[in-house]
Amino acid sequence: MHFDLIVVGGGHAGIEASHAAAKMGVSVGIVTMDKTAFGRMSCNPAIGGSAKGHLVHEIDALGGVMGQIADRSGIQFRVLNKSKGPAVWAGRSQSDKKLYSVEAAKIISSTENITIVEDSVIEAIEEDRKIVGIRTLKGNEISCKALIVCSGTFLNGLMHTGLKSTRGGRFGEQPAVGLTESLIKMGFESGRLKTGTPPRLKLDTINYDILEEQPGDENPQPFSRRTDKTKFPFLPQISCWLTKTDGTVHQILEKGFDRSPMFRGLINGVGPRYCPSIEDKIVRFSDKPNHQIFLEPEGLDSDLIYVNGFSTSLPEEIQREAIAKIPGLENAEMVRPGYAIEYDYFPSYQIDLSLETKLIKGIYFAGQINGTSGYEEAAGQGLVAGINAALKILGRKEEFVLKRSDAYIGVLIDDLVGKTINEPYRMFTSLAEHRLLLRQDNADRRLYEFGHRYGLISDDEFKEMKEREVLITKSKDLFEEIKFKPDEINNLLESKATNLIDNAEPVSKLTKRPELNLRDLLQELDHEKYPLVKSLLANEKALEQVEIELKYEGYIQRQQDLIKKMEKLEEVKIPESFNFLKLKTISNESKEKLHKVRPRSIGQASRISGVSPSDISILLVYLKN
Amino acid sequence: MTEYLQNNEDTIAALATPAGVGAISVIRVSGPKSIEAVDSIFDGAVKLIRANTHTIHYGRINYANEVIDDVLVSVFRAPNSYTGEDSIEISTHGSQLIVEKLIKSLLEKDIRLAEPGEFTKRAFLNGRMDLAQAEAVVDVINSRTEASLRGARNQLDGLLSAKVDSLREMLINSSSMLELELDFAEEDFEFLPKDKVIEKIDEIIFEIEKLLQTYSFGKVIRDGVNVALVGKPNVGKSSLLNYMLKESRAIVSEIPGTTRDVIREEFSLDGILFRLYDTAGIRLTEDAIEKEGVFRSRDAVKNADVVLFLNDIIDGFAEDLYKELKQLIKEDKILKIVNKIDLLHNHNIECDVEISAKTGEGIESLFKAMKQKAIGSESYSERGAVVSNLRHFNALKKAKDHLVQAKDSVKSGMSGEFIAVDLRNAESSLGEIIGKVTTEDILNNIFAKFCIGK
Ligand SMILES: Cc1cc2nc3c(=O)[nH]c(=O)nc-3n(C[C@H](O)[C@H](O)[C@H](O)COP(=O)(O)OP(=O)(O)OC[C@H]3O[C@@H](n4cnc5c(N)ncnc54)[C@H](O)[C@@H]3O)c2cc1C
Ligand SMILES: Nc1nc2c(ncn2[C@@H]2O[C@H](COP(=O)(O)OP(=O)(O)O)[C@@H](O)[C@H]2O)c(=O)[nH]1
Repeated sequence: MHFDLIVVGGGHAGIEASHAAAKMGVSVGIVTMDKTAFGRMSCNPAIGGSAKGHLVHEIDALGGVMGQIADRSGIQFRVLNKSKGPAVWAGRSQSDKKLYSVEAAKIISSTENITIVEDSVIEAIEEDRKIVGIRTLKGNEISCKALIVCSGTFLNGLMHTGLKSTRGGRFGEQPAVGLTESLIKMGFESGRLKTGTPPRLKLDTINYDILEEQPGDENPQPFSRRTDKTKFPFLPQISCWLTKTDGTVHQILEKGFDRSPMFRGLINGVGPRYCPSIEDKIVRFSDKPNHQIFLEPEGLDSDLIYVNGFSTSLPEEIQREAIAKIPGLENAEMVRPGYAIEYDYFPSYQIDLSLETKLIKGIYFAGQINGTSGYEEAAGQGLVAGINAALKILGRKEEFVLKRSDAYIGVLIDDLVGKTINEPYRMFTSLAEHRLLLRQDNADRRLYEFGHRYGLISDDEFKEMKEREVLITKSKDLFEEIKFKPDEINNLLESKATNLIDNAEPVSKLTKRPELNLRDLLQELDHEKYPLVKSLLANEKALEQVEIELKYEGYIQRQQDLIKKMEKLEEVKIPESFNFLKLKTISNESKEKLHKVRPRSIGQASRISGVSPSDISILLVYLKN
Repeated sequence: MTEYLQNNEDTIAALATPAGVGAISVIRVSGPKSIEAVDSIFDGAVKLIRANTHTIHYGRINYANEVIDDVLVSVFRAPNSYTGEDSIEISTHGSQLIVEKLIKSLLEKDIRLAEPGEFTKRAFLNGRMDLAQAEAVVDVINSRTEASLRGARNQLDGLLSAKVDSLREMLINSSSMLELELDFAEEDFEFLPKDKVIEKIDEIIFEIEKLLQTYSFGKVIRDGVNVALVGKPNVGKSSLLNYMLKESRAIVSEIPGTTRDVIREEFSLDGILFRLYDTAGIRLTEDAIEKEGVFRSRDAVKNADVVLFLNDIIDGFAEDLYKELKQLIKEDKILKIVNKIDLLHNHNIECDVEISAKTGEGIESLFKAMKQKAIGSESYSERGAVVSNLRHFNALKKAKDHLVQAKDSVKSGMSGEFIAVDLRNAESSLGEIIGKVTTEDILNNIFAKFCIGK
């Protein structure tokens, strides 16, 4: 058997990788241990949220499928952070967990060029430091030109509840054995990471009467630009419920701290960024008397409730005792305790920004295997690895690398390659320094160019975006020019309770007032005189862009200034053959780090943890000589 | 590969003291072969290759069977030298000929002539100093007075770096709190209440302003003060000039190249360098005969930090000249002076200082007034962190502008991600001062300003 590309794993990373590569025209074999478990949501039945929603939009704008799957299986949609600026608005959906898998499988099996192989990969085979094929548990040998490993939490997976542990890749599934060892034989280094999941409760044993209901948005918005808005939402919509912990609950949990494997690992010097377990939150935010808990149904006909905010690996009896003290959960039946899972990952300095491993040509790593956590993070990497592997197989001499100022995906991969990770990495708003430009609403404007170049975004979609772009630019120019005279606009200003004007003011300036929106202002203009205004009013997406860019112009400009300054360092390239070990004048620690990561530009070098600014100055001076 | 590294493997040499002046010249040699090379032409009681670091040796330099000079050689071993490499300093008698021969003999020992700033660059590369300190070396080299040397030294000692670094730390703390809050939006944590944010920003702005205020002082001690003497013929300009030069008992040098029209002299007072331009009574507006002189006088006035406007107590206030003067320079830079007070007891001429260039009465107050005009009313001590470099000044100003922006954002209720933009920008501006944010331009700038031998 032969495939151009073999993808190991049918999780979120594997799905995007196979789909993108297949669409680009290479033959893909996706080998996965359980073909009914495509895109199974191992943890919470939700997609998106702060920063993660951004990833989903970006994946969609690059032609990925996560957004569509979430839209089709979604049973609640909300936009978070609405009280803040548009840059941090983030879509979040709850999915029917089973349907999510079904929709994912539909996409994979209906994509041309993909063959599903139900098996477990136990060995990767190389020749002359190049991948040539794999061996499976069922004894098959399949040859390939490239291999993407998206093994999630399965490699030598071990599940913990308290001090009890069981082998497995996820609740009810076997671990994958053999692949890690084969990669280590080739020279790769592996490590162990842990992540946790909360208990599941029985739906009808909860006292909803005393809980606060949290419905979805009244006007739900899909993730995908390709989702048919007239049919959306596809499924009936449900509510979640809110409750919270208190001092009594915390006290009970504390009794079990000495038996928490998760907690023991985390307590040593791990920063506050990690999506914390409940035990971690109690310690870290010790002055906070309560912690929010969201009760989320796992599906339309599922009888399970996911206890979001209560991720834990404390002993089962402690979990049970604590839950009974939480308002509304007094009589709740715990169907399954929370657990932590420990698995093999491959420290990510071993990959390049293209996600190809530095050691063996043609092997790519994507998803949890790189030390990340989360469906969206996995999917984003899968997509990038899939595109790069296909480019390579097709002999196209380019690499698909997104910059930090292009996308959250760019930030994610740049961080992975440069930073030392000793806890699962998850995407956060705070990690993206250019966040005002990396909005959900402009994901297509940022990324269609790439999606289209690789054939993942259709000509029609691309053309529509380009035309919209022209409309946006022209409108912005026009609104600098058109001025309202006081008598033309003061009525509106008065009705919006904002200061009247004495002298004529351009539309662009008035738009900056928080009380005003662009649409209202444009209604006051003579549409016959300005046909452009008419077109803009008819194009909701363009109107939104113009409004955001005018309203936050100063901030956006200043963010761009900073990017430009930094970008100069990105442009200072470091030759591939540069020998960092020969740099005599910097500390051994930095030298080792630089040697491991082998940054390609000064900018990238400057973000490697442990490499100091003075090291960077020194590098710069060397490169200049 | 080796091409980027080669430069540092080289051993370099150059004259480290100003050429052609002084009783002693110092030649600096640095690099792996420095000690061995010098030793091969050195004849003394001790072999230099066996000498300990930080030791001084008397001996002779022999070259081509000829004794070049009796010298003192200081040996420094890596990493405890200025450059961080093995190095040697040779003190010889200050003769151009000796220096040339000595350097020539070194160049034959596989040593090359250093490029401008190369010693300091190596010091920087070897982690002996940070960027702000390297920059201060330039200032030390160019300093002409005691106070400016002290100002540069204090930057070299890292006072400014330390101050800026602590402000930057504070900023990073606040912005990371704000950014962290974005991450926990769902869980309604408030890490840093908004009034606290304003408080922090204000605190940092306050500190930056303090630093900014030291700039006029820092600039004055670094660059000196230009003073123009303006007044009608015979009001006593030359007399005052001479008196001041005599009083200050300092460098009195006529700068070659100036014509008689505008005489330039320098003197230092309390460590501040004053450059005096006597416009020699030339009118400031165009006049056919004196065209060239007018041109120069106008320039002297325009570039002045202080203008001494002299009036004769007998003739009264020169209204017409004052009017012309005001068109060239801001009024607050002008000191109105009445001269020849020894001649008359009373007058009602409008003025800031009264003097007699003949008896010296009032000259002390004049000096005081000049200093105050140049530095501003605040008094500074060069022993605190002082900003004397324009690049630093501009970066601080930018940082402050961003902070003011950030404060406005907080006040107008903008959410954290907007506030963070300006905090990050401010942080980056501060980082540029101390090299935490390095850009190529900064590096180029700094190392290009050096002269050979540093
Ligand atoms: C207990 C638990 C808790 C978690 N907690 C969180 C959390 O709190 N927050 C969060 O964001 N995320 C959490 N996750 C992580 C989230 O599920 C993953 O990040 C995400 O699913 C990773 O996607 P992936 O594509 O890399 O791998 P997965 O979704 O894990 O998929 C891996 C796939 O690879 C297949 N596979 C593996 N090895 C082989 C092999 N050798 N041969 C063939 N097939 C193979 C498996 O069958 C599976 O289909 C948790 C996961 C678990 C299991
Ligand atoms: N009595 C008196 N005479 C002065 C004083 N200052 C200058 N003079 C005299 O005024 C004349 C003109 O002085 P000079 O310095 O040449 O004036 P300039 O043309 O402005 O440079 C000379 O005779 C000086 O001696 C002063 O303070 N008192």
